[in-house]
Amino acid sequence: MSRNELIRRLQAILPAEAVLHDNEDLRPYECDGLSAYKQLPYFVVLPHNEAQVIEILKLCHATRTPVVARGAGTGLSGGALPHVSGVLLSLARLNQIVSINPQARTACVQPGVRNLAISEVAKPYGLYYAPDPSSQIACSIGGNVAENSGGVHCLKYGLTVHNILKLRVLTIAGEVLEIGGEGLDSAGYDLLALMTGSEGLLGIVTEIVVKLIPLPQKAQLVMASFEDIRKAGQAVANIIGAGIIPAGMEMMDKITIHAVEEFLQVGYDLNAEAILLCESDGNIEEVSDEIERIEMIMQQSGATRVSTSQNDLERLRFWAGRKAAFPAAGRVSPDYYCMDGTIPRKHLAKVLQGIEMLSQQYGLRCMNVFHAGDGNLHPLILYDANTPGELEKTEEFGAKILEMCISVGGTITGEHGVGIEKMDQMCTQFGSAELAVFRAIKTAFDPLELLNPGKAIPTLHRCAEMGAMHVHQGADKFAHLPRF
Amino acid sequence: MQSVIDHYQEAIRLAAENKTPLQIRAGNTKTFYGNTALLPSSNTLDITTYHGIVDYDPAELVITARAGTRLSEVEALLNQHGQMLAFEPPHFGESATLGGCVAAGLSGPRRASTGAVRDFVLGVRMLNGKGEDLHFGGQVMKNVAGYDVSRLMVGALGTLGVLLEISLKVLPKPIVETTLCIPIGETAAIDKMNRWAGQPLPISATCYHKDQLFYRLSGVESAVKAAQLKLGGDELNEQQGISFWQSIREQTDHFFMTASHNNLWRLSIASNAPPLALAGEQLFEWNGSLRWLKNTVDCDHQAIRQAAEKYGGHAILFRHHLTNASVFHPLSSGLVKIHRALKEQFDPAGIFNPGRLYPEL
Repeated sequence: MSRNELIRRLQAILPAEAVLHDNEDLRPYECDGLSAYKQLPYFVVLPHNEAQVIEILKLCHATRTPVVARGAGTGLSGGALPHVSGVLLSLARLNQIVSINPQARTACVQPGVRNLAISEVAKPYGLYYAPDPSSQIACSIGGNVAENSGGVHCLKYGLTVHNILKLRVLTIAGEVLEIGGEGLDSAGYDLLALMTGSEGLLGIVTEIVVKLIPLPQKAQLVMASFEDIRKAGQAVANIIGAGIIPAGMEMMDKITIHAVEEFLQVGYDLNAEAILLCESDGNIEEVSDEIERIEMIMQQSGATRVSTSQNDLERLRFWAGRKAAFPAAGRVSPDYYCMDGTIPRKHLAKVLQGIEMLSQQYGLRCMNVFHAGDGNLHPLILYDANTPGELEKTEEFGAKILEMCISVGGTITGEHGVGIEKMDQMCTQFGSAELAVFRAIKTAFDPLELLNPGKAIPTLHRCAEMGAMHVHQGADKFAHLPRF
Repeated sequence: MQSVIDHYQEAIRLAAENKTPLQIRAGNTKTFYGNTALLPSSNTLDITTYHGIVDYDPAELVITARAGTRLSEVEALLNQHGQMLAFEPPHFGESATLGGCVAAGLSGPRRASTGAVRDFVLGVRMLNGKGEDLHFGGQVMKNVAGYDVSRLMVGALGTLGVLLEISLKVLPKPIVETTLCIPIGETAAIDKMNRWAGQPLPISATCYHKDQLFYRLSGVESAVKAAQLKLGGDELNEQQGISFWQSIREQTDHFFMTASHNNLWRLSIASNAPPLALAGEQLFEWNGSLRWLKNTVDCDHQAIRQAAEKYGGHAILFRHHLTNASVFHPLSSGLVKIHRALKEQFDPAGIFNPGRLYPEL
């Protein structure tokens, strides 16, 4: 079908203003939060309701037109990068909080609702939605489901998959599936888990029932400085070994400390090689008890300075530096590239040393911020896109970091997703049999591969072409494929 | 241990070739669960031969063990280090294994406050219907590379593959636990449990039965004491408290003793659903979102399923004395299609526990 014919048929489903097709109107949609990748979509559609989404999907299904779903466009792996001949399906206008049930502690929301907006409407009932990705002021809950987003509090409160009960999902054929339920489990396979983090490849979510939990009575933060990053890592292990699950536990390295201190002047210790921020929340008694133990463990683990927030203002000031790490990187460098590997915490020192060596090898600086409680690293590689070849060098550096994460038993992405960005590293992390299973799952939901094609799951051919491969038990896993 | 896997792979390939079903079995403690009518020509794949702890580092909060490892062995090791499986899985017998626990996907009293089996599964090693040795997920808390196949295996009753190894997140045991009991009516109990759950209280389990609400507080001593003062009730002594939750978790409490004329239904619904007007005796857990119903074999199945649906949930015929009942809640036609398609992809010859979950799988 011609482009004009498709536009005409989309306009029959949607008001004219909800079908964008001029280059000028398409431009804002050419990338998501990962701006290194850009592609103008064929069209953008902005439906207001589920009925319109169903008609759009039926049309795309019938005409074999690819569909890329987009929420707020804050994703960091290019998951919402448009398809050159596909419809970009923006769910931003499905932005209603359908209902809130304080007694059952649930909220039913549409996918375009902002993450933080849920907690705002729940607040009068003493409740909130726990996952808090750093983009929560802007990111949409639909995108959170697609990426299985976490946040700084997820060691204690879990990821998106732990905090949703039910999804209303449309298949590419426009069929409605109700997945999950109002109870704590549902009949049949755990499709709720399968959908969460599936990056828009399996279905389009049009409604989400999220769990709400009680707002903690109190939160308090311990900030500790260390003269050696290994000691900071050991302090994390000691806190957890003592039976404490902190609400948040974040680590920053020296270059990050300096960058944020210069930016915000929050009073960080500039002599420290690493700073740990460790938060306790809950009821008053619990927090007092935990904070006392955390302070003691920090001292025993060799902290050179330990300060505890005396009020919420101070707590938020201590956090402000950590939360400003990305903008601070933007101030000290024209561009930065954020990685998202996760490692078993015991390998922290080894991986950080490895990153330091790579940093010297590539001649690129790297700031390290780290969700220390759950082993999720966010190395920020500082580069200048205007220097020819520097982006390529940066991507290579990043790929090396991810391969190092895999080699110590970790993963290439803790919370940002594979998207378009980490397709090659998927070939390193998984063998051909696992990738075949992923493709089989895709086939079960979307046999024509129209939903977000080219993302998240690489083809075996791509992995074979790329060369750098996962070798499983010493065997060449692509022995049956031709070499190029 | 590789030779054991080789043996399993061989058995799977042979079964697939001959289209002979395989019953995946380990401790045989949950054989009552699911559609258990055995196919006449099925062979057994015994998983107890693949056992042992693979890796455990308490400071990482992760344990990896082989599927045939006894659940009691896993829990004893964690206990030595002051940790636990926070979802309190029921064993239903000494020989219960980790693989069976994950395949059945059942969680115990702490589920409403801390999470279910599926919430703690981080990774699996498994064999699919082609006998391929596959690894999904891993030993880290956050991992969004690829689809979440590990969690898909939880509660699949072995119909998608043979679990070999499982990595689980573990949690520290609470420092103090105490159990209290309040006399209260059914409607008031549902209301109370839901109101409590909306406040920052250290409640780790609730159970309502015969006008008595039992609740457990867990955490640091000061927090437990403060909550106890606030919420009230008669305190059970420590041993009584432990025994009580054990009897709910393992279904050794008198309520769960089903005579040959009884069925036990499990309804998973919205926690604030009002009392269900169904014939028989009920016991609630999980702040009211899990309702056990004991009634007679000739009860109206349809009425029970409808009641569960009305409150956003599903009903399972958990223990029964019928041979041909379909015990799990019927799926919508759209979901049946997806289930069949997944089964076809994971187990193309249809050899793994056919019919155990749904007749068409």
